[in-house]
Amino acid sequence: MEFINFYLLPGIVLGSIYALGAIGVSLVFGILRFANFAHGELMLIGAYITYSLFQFTGLHPLAVLPLAMVLTSFIALGIDHTFYKPFRNSKTTIVIVASFGIALMARSAVQIIWGVDTFSYSSGRIEMPIVLFGGLRIFMKHVWIVSCSIGLMLCIHTILSYTRIGKAMRAMSDSAELARLTGIETEKVVRATWILGASLAAAAGVFLGLDSHLHSMMGFYMLLPMFAAAILGGIGQPYGAMVGGLVVGLAEELSSYPWLGDSPLLPPAYKAGVAFALMVLMLLWRPSGLFRGRVF
Amino acid sequence: MDAAQAYGYMLYLVSLITIGGIYALMCLGLNIQWGFTGLFNAGIAGFFAIGAYVSAILTTDGSPFHLGGFGLPVAFGLVGAMVVTAVVAWLVGLLCIRLRSDYLAIATIGIGEIFRLILKNEIWATNGARGIAKIPLPFETLAEPWNKIGFMLLVLAIVVAFYFLIERARLAPWGRLMTAIRENEHAARAAGKNVERFRVEAFICGSVLMGLAGGLTAHYIKFIGPGATEPLTTTFLVWVMLIVGGSGNNRGAILGAFMMWTIWSFSEVLTSRLPEELAIKAAYFRIFLIGLLLQVVLQRYAGGILPERRLVSVTNKK
Repeated sequence: MEFINFYLLPGIVLGSIYALGAIGVSLVFGILRFANFAHGELMLIGAYITYSLFQFTGLHPLAVLPLAMVLTSFIALGIDHTFYKPFRNSKTTIVIVASFGIALMARSAVQIIWGVDTFSYSSGRIEMPIVLFGGLRIFMKHVWIVSCSIGLMLCIHTILSYTRIGKAMRAMSDSAELARLTGIETEKVVRATWILGASLAAAAGVFLGLDSHLHSMMGFYMLLPMFAAAILGGIGQPYGAMVGGLVVGLAEELSSYPWLGDSPLLPPAYKAGVAFALMVLMLLWRPSGLFRGRVF
Repeated sequence: MDAAQAYGYMLYLVSLITIGGIYALMCLGLNIQWGFTGLFNAGIAGFFAIGAYVSAILTTDGSPFHLGGFGLPVAFGLVGAMVVTAVVAWLVGLLCIRLRSDYLAIATIGIGEIFRLILKNEIWATNGARGIAKIPLPFETLAEPWNKIGFMLLVLAIVVAFYFLIERARLAPWGRLMTAIRENEHAARAAGKNVERFRVEAFICGSVLMGLAGGLTAHYIKFIGPGATEPLTTTFLVWVMLIVGGSGNNRGAILGAFMMWTIWSFSEVLTSRLPEELAIKAAYFRIFLIGLLLQVVLQRYAGGILPERRLVSVTNKK
């Protein structure tokens, strides 16, 4: 029971948050062909916008989340237009340097506007878990996070499988050149990618904030697990990113379970290293990921 | 301006040049990796930290709080820092060097973070968050301004020595091969070059300079803790310095380092005079502006102040 309460359930919650972020990373990597180091900062921005809306309206963070997703999408489109578009036809390495700078700029902008203190959506109330079957402890917030994540993933699935723009995105992810030749407006697809990626990132940021609290470094700490999840699932494979996110989240939490003897298998301080180890192993063993994504 | 004030300004100038020189070393290192060979290293802070801790542990007197007690001379500490960074960079290179630039960038960010986790959590060796203090400064026996000036001259001498060394390497077949790998890896491979081996070499050479810079910093500040290796100030500043100065050009790397460090340091002096709440916000605004400067240079002046001078072949240049 202790295993489920303190390792398995937090792992699933963390995994679904990583999965949402990783879908965006994977789509941007697949369609725009560069690793966006500023993706964690989109989560940060989304989470802080939601915080301001929550303060302003007094509604539950999840109720104002859709508006925050729209605003974060606009910010992502603005960043793309100003800073990434000039490099559309140049070497991808330049864009990585640019995105590295964007990450720093976005974070410092958040620090200027909201400061560096930690915030919480719950205004000090400590939520009590619901106890089921004599020992299974479930937090309402975790139920919300996981069910909203599943809902968002179903939305993504619908968009990618059944709408024109979704199909165009998958086509461009498979081959940008062929997609352009068949008459797909690539810039339109790029915009759709940013809107999807930024919306999911905002949601992931808010869920992370609900799970613990908000601080200005949260985006940076999410970067590595998100990339690990995207690579694990295969670049350009949204379904792979969902599985990858869950795997990374579970691996991080389960790594500190005392599998052998009484002490944790890995000291909890090194949790952050698990995502990295998974990523490097995957890149060495099978760079295309579990779901046969692209290798650049 | 009285004498005391002039003395203060002089000390400030000495520290400006010293730290500028340390950044110039890191910039030269990144120039070998990114400017010559096109390897994206986002874990500069990690290699810097390794160098700093190794040199600190080798040169400090015994302490119950951290590994050490070797009490070696500073020169041994610095050489040790370079050797250990080289070994670590070699291992990292073996693991990650085959990865394409995007993946290498992510991997190096991860490596930098893991180094920091280790240095923070292995308290028996590094004293954790409290760090290592009482690190000896070379020329410590000299009187007040002269020890600082002596250290500044030492740093400058190291920068000049490495500049000539790296410039020589750039003009040699080795440097041309690095450019070949950056420009067209497949062609270099087709010409029979062992691309992986040379990329690892470039990665090690660059990282060694970052380790040396870490070691010098530890001796200069006489203290090293996890806070001193904050990834932002080290990694990001070095990147901006190289891009602004001119990636691929060793003089550009050195110029960028001194210039950006001067701007960074002056703006810190200015913002520290603001009221406290504003000063904190201004510190972040500074980072924002530096980021913006990077974007402007990348978009408008892609070569930097001193762009790379391409050479066809040294022997043809009659």
